[in-house]
Amino acid sequence: MAELTTIEPAVPVTASRPTASARALRNPGVIAGGLVILLVVLIGLLAPFLGTIDPTAINPAARNRVPGMAISMRTDTGERIKMVARFGTDSLGRDIYSRVVYGARVSLLIGIAVAVISIAAGLFIGLLAGFFRWLDAVLMRIMDGLMAIPAILLAIAMVSLFRAGVGAVIAAIAVPEIPRVVRLVRSIVLGVREEPYVEAAVTLGTPTAKLLWRHVLPNTIAPLIVQGTFTCASAILVEAILSFLGIGVPPDVPTWGNIMAEGRQVFSLYPHNIIYPGIMLAATILAVNVLGDGLRDTLDPKMAKRV
Amino acid sequence: MSAPVLEISNLSVAIHGGGDRAHAVQGIDLVVGANEIVCVVGESGSGKSVTAQAVMGLLPKGSLAVKSGSIRLNGEELTQKSEAELRAIRGRQMAMVFQEPMTALNPVERVGKQIAEILEIHTTLDARGRRERVLEIMRAVHLPDPAQMIDAYPHQLSGGQRQRIMIAAALVLDPALLIADEPTTALDVTTQAQILSLIREMQARKKTGVLFITHDFGVVSEIADRVVVMQFGRVVEQGPREDVLRRPREPYTRMLMAAVPSMIPPQRLPATGAVTLQTQNLHKTYGKRSFWQKRARVVNAVNDVTLEVRRGETLGIVGESGSGKSTVARCIARLVDPTSGQIAIEGRDIAALSESQMRPLRRGVQMVFQDPYRSLNPRRTVGEAIIEGPMNFGVSRDAALKRARQLMSTVHLSPDALDRYPHQFSGGQRQRICIARALAMEPYLLIGDEPVSALDVSVQAQVLKLLDEVRRQFDLALLFITHDLRVAAQVCDRLAVMQKGVIVEQGATADVFANPKHPYTRALFEAAPGRHQEFGRGD
Repeated sequence: MAELTTIEPAVPVTASRPTASARALRNPGVIAGGLVILLVVLIGLLAPFLGTIDPTAINPAARNRVPGMAISMRTDTGERIKMVARFGTDSLGRDIYSRVVYGARVSLLIGIAVAVISIAAGLFIGLLAGFFRWLDAVLMRIMDGLMAIPAILLAIAMVSLFRAGVGAVIAAIAVPEIPRVVRLVRSIVLGVREEPYVEAAVTLGTPTAKLLWRHVLPNTIAPLIVQGTFTCASAILVEAILSFLGIGVPPDVPTWGNIMAEGRQVFSLYPHNIIYPGIMLAATILAVNVLGDGLRDTLDPKMAKRV
Repeated sequence: MSAPVLEISNLSVAIHGGGDRAHAVQGIDLVVGANEIVCVVGESGSGKSVTAQAVMGLLPKGSLAVKSGSIRLNGEELTQKSEAELRAIRGRQMAMVFQEPMTALNPVERVGKQIAEILEIHTTLDARGRRERVLEIMRAVHLPDPAQMIDAYPHQLSGGQRQRIMIAAALVLDPALLIADEPTTALDVTTQAQILSLIREMQARKKTGVLFITHDFGVVSEIADRVVVMQFGRVVEQGPREDVLRRPREPYTRMLMAAVPSMIPPQRLPATGAVTLQTQNLHKTYGKRSFWQKRARVVNAVNDVTLEVRRGETLGIVGESGSGKSTVARCIARLVDPTSGQIAIEGRDIAALSESQMRPLRRGVQMVFQDPYRSLNPRRTVGEAIIEGPMNFGVSRDAALKRARQLMSTVHLSPDALDRYPHQFSGGQRQRICIARALAMEPYLLIGDEPVSALDVSVQAQVLKLLDEVRRQFDLALLFITHDLRVAAQVCDRLAVMQKGVIVEQGATADVFANPKHPYTRALFEAAPGRHQEFGRGD
């Protein structure tokens, strides 16, 4: 065979594409969705400094005020102040602006906690089910069982078993999400475990735990991030529904669902009870979904081409 | 030469937002006459497929576009045609056959209907007339029992039969031009020979002009009237077959042909090293009785395979797809569990060991896989890939990295490239990295499972040379799985020919080539394209 060393340079030519994260940061959906979410997060974190008062403070003298009317409220320290109810007050005389701003905390907490818990649990179970064939059938039948439980019934059961609270709601929403994540992870793992680089690692004597951690797990992450955003959006929505039905977070805790639930009876007279939390809820969920779509387009090129 | 069917002049195709090149194809001139087969040869990235897509008007929108030049089909300019005008021309005046017949056919429609669809669009024939015409063309491409096969689904046919259906569909309206883009690359060598002779026959029948795209000089020597050699989007050389194949003018053409391995195996001395690998009566069966199905199908993927490889020796296993050659390799590497039989590595039987018993012994047997794009974890650097194995066996990170730098030099790559990621390397470079990864384990036995099949011919030659170097340097036993007889002739000391899970013939490479005993071996050699041609070695 002839000498051919000149054709292929011994030093590799770097023709690198921008990395996935760099591409994601240039996607308009990721930018727009991310900015709105960032804004909501800031609102939640900075709630005490945004001209709010105690969201649970009741003033029977200032019930059902429409937005823009002046009211006097008692602060935490007991002194009375005059202020303008920007979003009006509800039927107990609570300041809706303060409640909506503080409500961002609970809604985001529930959305993110559900996403993290269901992804973490689903990733673990999905890895095991996808990689160990003998575990697969058992785990997947359990997941099928979990999937058959409606989130709302589970929430009712959990709230009646334990105290109603944010933790119970998070658990009630997260549990039925787990099988969805497990199915996704399992299907990716079934593909990845056949890849030659995984087989090569087996012949290198890599222990199974390391094999999963180094070679299988990193290659399942991208679709999971996308799934996480959608889970987050749906959790925020389900929380609002549960609160609206009165089986979620206790009514004194301000959440967007609770505010709307309480405004329901007087909705035709005082629509501000429902409009402001509704706008926040819709904007947040839209932003999370737009972010998720943008991430899917950049992290999962196969999907982007099909659309 | 007769009046040209296809005339491409000064064609340039621009790449939008392209990486290293602004043009996929630049200033090419190409003519296909009636009753003529023009072969376009080149390595990946040479622009040969883009040329075909440009003619068909099938350039992927948004990324590739004709920038200048003209494409004339029977004197009619194609580059200015609208989508609707092109649709009327495609199928009627020009047609295309693709590489992968399974994906080119719709899996949920009967094959007869898929051919009839073309008639439905382009002709006024009624249903009965269409069926007649489909049966006629199916007979013409020598499909057995057309009346029955017309109602078959693609998955019920073999690869060769599917490609015949594709050819029938392409030629049913007797187009003036047939474009064939690597039509036999996905097929076994014996099927390939039949399809090539079919294309020849069908072309002569209606004096069709054929633009035949391939990377394989063997195929070129079988089928071409004229040859066009492309590199980096430009035409390097073109001329009649005999001129280009026997008296190439350009250095690039000469280099390409010199890289095609010779069909004549060199004489080799029998290996005398210690026996490293010995399998005895190895069996692997797939499918067993399940809970639901009392009588499931059982496939004997590997049936009674007995072979041995010595230190410093290369044993080749050749065979077509489904012959079980890869399964043998995967059993020996213990990536699949053999059903029965013995696999002795350096005298120790590993066939029945459990995964945990196997792990300490994994060091001795390493593997290089076919697809260089999938055999390295995309999220880990090359350095991490090479040191992973030794570190599993207790070597310190520093010592492993030091060894990895040496190994990078051994495989002719820069040691400074260790902290790069696999996507920054070409296919051939990745295969070198995989070899370095295997060598880091200091194995006795290296298994190559089609290690050069996915590579261009010039890169292939370099990787084969490297494998030969490391075999000598590290005194390795090499088990080389391939479907390519030319590669086998040059690389292997001994050869085992497999068919349907059974080794039908085994012997010294030179003996098997000179005097094949089994009818299947003879059929394989008979079908090898360009078997009488030695490339780039003059007359």
